[in-house]
Amino acid sequence: MPLLSLLIWIPLMGGVVVMLAGNQRPALARGLALLIALVTLALCVPLVTGFDNASAAMQFVERNPWIDTFSVYYHLGIDGFSLPLILLTAFFGPLVVLAGWEVIQTKVHQYMASFLIMEGLMVGVFASLDGLLFYIFFEAMLIPMFLVIGMWGGPRRVYATIKFFLYTFLGSVFMLVGIIYLYNASGTWSILAWHDHPLSMPEQTWLFLGFLAAFAVKIPMFPVHTWLPDAHVEAPTGGSVILAAIMLKIGGYGFLRFSLPITPDAAASLDGFVIALSLIAIVYIGFVALVQQDMKKLIAYSSISHMGFVTLGLFIAFGIFRETGATQGAGLGMEGAMVQMISHGFISGALFLCVGVLYDRVHSREISAYGGVANTMPWFAFFAVLFFMANAGLPGTSGFVGEFMVILASFRASFWYAFCAGLTLVLGAAYSLWLVKRVIFGEVANKNVANLKDIDRREAVVLGTLAAAVLLVGLWPAPLVDMMHASVGELLRHVVQTKLI
Amino acid sequence: MNLETILVLIPLLPLVGAVVSGLGRNLVGRKGAHWITILAVAVSFGLSFWLLYLQIYEGLATQDISVYTWMVVEGVTFEIGFLVDHLTSLMMCVVTFVSLMVHIYTIGYMADDPGYQRFFSYINLFTFAMLMLVMANNFMQLFFGWEAVGLVSYLLIGFWFKRETAIFANLKAFLVNRVGDFGFLLGIAAVLVTFNSLDYATVFAAAPEVAGDTISIVGGAEWNILTVICICLFIGAMGKSAQAPLHVWLPDSMEGPTPISALIHAATMVTAGIFMVARMSPLFEHSDAALSFVMLIGAFTALAMGAIGIVQNDIKRVVAYSTLSQLGYMTVALGVSAYSAAIFHLMTHAFFKALLFLGAGSVIIALHHQQDMRFMGGLRSYLPVTWLTAWAGTLALVGFPLFSGFYSKDAIIEAVHLSERFGSDLAYYAVEAGVFITALYSFRLLYLVFHGPERFEVVHGVDPHAHLPDGQLAHEPHEPPAVVTVPLVLLAIPSVLIGYFTIEPVLFGGWLSDAIVVAPDNDVVAELGQAFHGPLAMALHALQTPPFWLMLGGFALATVIWLLRPSIAAVIAQRAGFLYRWLGHKYYFDEFNQKVFANGAVKLGQSLWQRADAGFIDGWLVNGSAKLVQAVAARVRRWQTGLLYDYAFSMIIGLIAILGVWVVLL
Repeated sequence: MPLLSLLIWIPLMGGVVVMLAGNQRPALARGLALLIALVTLALCVPLVTGFDNASAAMQFVERNPWIDTFSVYYHLGIDGFSLPLILLTAFFGPLVVLAGWEVIQTKVHQYMASFLIMEGLMVGVFASLDGLLFYIFFEAMLIPMFLVIGMWGGPRRVYATIKFFLYTFLGSVFMLVGIIYLYNASGTWSILAWHDHPLSMPEQTWLFLGFLAAFAVKIPMFPVHTWLPDAHVEAPTGGSVILAAIMLKIGGYGFLRFSLPITPDAAASLDGFVIALSLIAIVYIGFVALVQQDMKKLIAYSSISHMGFVTLGLFIAFGIFRETGATQGAGLGMEGAMVQMISHGFISGALFLCVGVLYDRVHSREISAYGGVANTMPWFAFFAVLFFMANAGLPGTSGFVGEFMVILASFRASFWYAFCAGLTLVLGAAYSLWLVKRVIFGEVANKNVANLKDIDRREAVVLGTLAAAVLLVGLWPAPLVDMMHASVGELLRHVVQTKLI
Repeated sequence: MNLETILVLIPLLPLVGAVVSGLGRNLVGRKGAHWITILAVAVSFGLSFWLLYLQIYEGLATQDISVYTWMVVEGVTFEIGFLVDHLTSLMMCVVTFVSLMVHIYTIGYMADDPGYQRFFSYINLFTFAMLMLVMANNFMQLFFGWEAVGLVSYLLIGFWFKRETAIFANLKAFLVNRVGDFGFLLGIAAVLVTFNSLDYATVFAAAPEVAGDTISIVGGAEWNILTVICICLFIGAMGKSAQAPLHVWLPDSMEGPTPISALIHAATMVTAGIFMVARMSPLFEHSDAALSFVMLIGAFTALAMGAIGIVQNDIKRVVAYSTLSQLGYMTVALGVSAYSAAIFHLMTHAFFKALLFLGAGSVIIALHHQQDMRFMGGLRSYLPVTWLTAWAGTLALVGFPLFSGFYSKDAIIEAVHLSERFGSDLAYYAVEAGVFITALYSFRLLYLVFHGPERFEVVHGVDPHAHLPDGQLAHEPHEPPAVVTVPLVLLAIPSVLIGYFTIEPVLFGGWLSDAIVVAPDNDVVAELGQAFHGPLAMALHALQTPPFWLMLGGFALATVIWLLRPSIAAVIAQRAGFLYRWLGHKYYFDEFNQKVFANGAVKLGQSLWQRADAGFIDGWLVNGSAKLVQAVAARVRRWQTGLLYDYAFSMIIGLIAILGVWVVLL
């Protein structure tokens, strides 16, 4: 059974089917969308059980000629990096459908279809082993997101969508040039073949910068991050959730799949630059997050800061290798980066859902519009405090695991990397808990808060599922990291070997 | 049931209790919540005590077990596991006993509170977290417990979350602790890099091998790696155990309900840092520099924080500053390698300070949540049990001979006296002066609360639950119910006796030597042991030593000022205005932190956001390039005239230009 194709095409085709339900039957559209998302999630079970943790090779491979003239293949396969991200994508499918269940009342079928199509395309990104196929999924994914923000977004949605689209599009154009160059140089679109293709230093440097342009915008890194807060603020809750939980991870995944193995020598020479930007993101953005007045903006900035750990964890490998001559510690950093991506998916998704819960009732995202929510919404307060604590990296939650691994690993490269990264302990707690103090705790601030109704069963299911995921990864990350060991070993082999001609 | 199951059950039971009484609070009701949680802690205490018994009398060996593997990366195992030696089981007994007393006491103290179940859930959760901390067999779990107790402390300080002061205090407590944890985490990272393991046994065994290794941090200066590790870890201890300058959160934490002030902010959580350093003695013993640092920080805290206690009027805050000062004593003991003395003082202090806090709580409920001592006085006839137990706790605190605090504090003072560590002279004067100050604020509290004239009046004929102005009560104060007084008595017993009966095994019997490692040259406690001829002789000998006379001096002065001639207090306050202000403002630590760190961070954030993010990147680069494109397009648009000859003309010009470049390049 071509599992990966099913995971891509069931939501894609499902999206088309939901469209056919039409504008007149929103209940049908919702039900169908939930069903399709659940079926997709169910398909992950054989994916996990059939996956061999011990193997670094691509698994569930599908390879068929697609455009013969340019030797483009419909080439799919997953390893220990793609599998957790695909699981994360499928996990969020039903959750975003449920999150939009009541609040979306206009063009329900189009809304649901957009999310299903987006889900299929994102799985495609993580499963593609053909460069051109990857690029197509990578770009196509922008369209449904563009529509979601543009159609169901807030008052400044036009500015936000254009900024979002131009930013990411500009970045990926450079990547397009890069992959066309690689195709010309190697005669193939196979990403795995590119991993072994020798390149000179100038070639590697230009390619590295091209990829950096695409992935740095996507993840996003300082200083190309300013599209994210705007996009989040204007996006509807579901859009924010997918944007934060999954789309940002595509940037991190790109570094793993392209930058590090294809241009290791350039990465090794420019690692200081990337690490400096990562540390700036962690510290600088931490301070910026502190003073945000808008809850969604605060979470968006916090996301950028947390993504700094991903790029830091990926690029300290070179410093460790230079300092110690061995890769011990580099694997911890890379796996930490991966765990951070998964964990941030859960936590940021949950936080945006929490803001959505409040927004649906009060129609404001301003921190100052709230106060004392715990008085009227005790169950909501329970979840919100849990997720903000996770955001602050509390041990026992998933938020701790990735940061812990990356900080531990970065000490091996330099005391000061660990020092700067460690500041997040204070900054993350400061912006997360200050928000909790102002929104959740205190006397009932106004009439809106006094009239709040606690979360209903649907919302409890969504938040409860995420809480379970956050705690599970926090208390027992072994199953997650075990998936990655073999692939990390394989990646490190590429990273430490020069491939200069 | 095998031993391993029992070890797992000890922390797990309170966790289960916390989950059931918290998430199922409407299901189990008020009674259900307190029964479940008390039962859980009682069983934990029973099992812990049994474990201690097995170790003392049955020779049970040190247990080092793995519960489950958290993850394995690059051959390094991160696991959840327990190390149970004498140090651990002693801590487990102290934690579960005090916790049990506080649980029972809470039934009375929180009787009218709508958050009754939530409170029991939190204190049960705290017991779980604290047990995980002390039972850890590796640094990661230690950090887990470390942060988990911090979380529960946060939740409990802000338990009355409607109060602005409470939610300010809990945020402050969490953030200041995070500053400490930041150092702690760096220390753990350094341990992993140095030893390639986070397991205590492995790390401690390898410590002598790396003792000479160095690391360069700033410029070319080489630092001893163990000094770096120890100082980083100690920064964590400074946060949790509230050592200056990270002590600022503890006085504010008094915003929480009194039972947790006793449990968390006096007896157990704040001593986690002391426990941690004692546990890490195999590492600290290799770094004289780190130990000197520990000692001096402790000495400063012991003296300076005690002094603040003299001018506080809030009964809980006096006890809180006293706690800071006593934690300073423990830290000094760690700094002179008298780890066992630190642990000994930790234990006695847990009993008598929990007693004093619960006593203060008893007074507070008797006076309808009045905490200001200026509206108390003469309560001894209304609250006889509280009064007597408060005297017992106070005599233990000031170190009156034969009381528990005497043995532990005297051991510390003597150990500092004997120590030859750099700066130990200074520390010695600090802890000596501290004795005087301790007596001064302790007896002041007793006199202001229980003796002297009544500074409140009973107003008859009003609703007994009405909120009256300061100094007025709706009915006469009366002793709280048995659930409150019984724990007071049960805590008073060890506060008086435990020092006498345990000093010999704990300090001089080598009873903690399976956990604590002291280099022979540093072993001041062993030196002390040579002069030890039984607890009674020690008490008699103390009558001729300076601490006893300093304590009596403090007692006398307090008696004159606050009992015999109360008018003097005001005169002194006026004459020593500067000193009084300085103490009243707590050396301006809070003002400094608020101005520099809190406001500074917000200002920095504002300017980074407005200037760099919105101004430069967005305003200048992003929107600037958009405007540039617009401007260029506006010009270029004019060339799109739609006239064929214009286009033809440009094509010709283009062709000529290309040819021209080609020719030039050739």
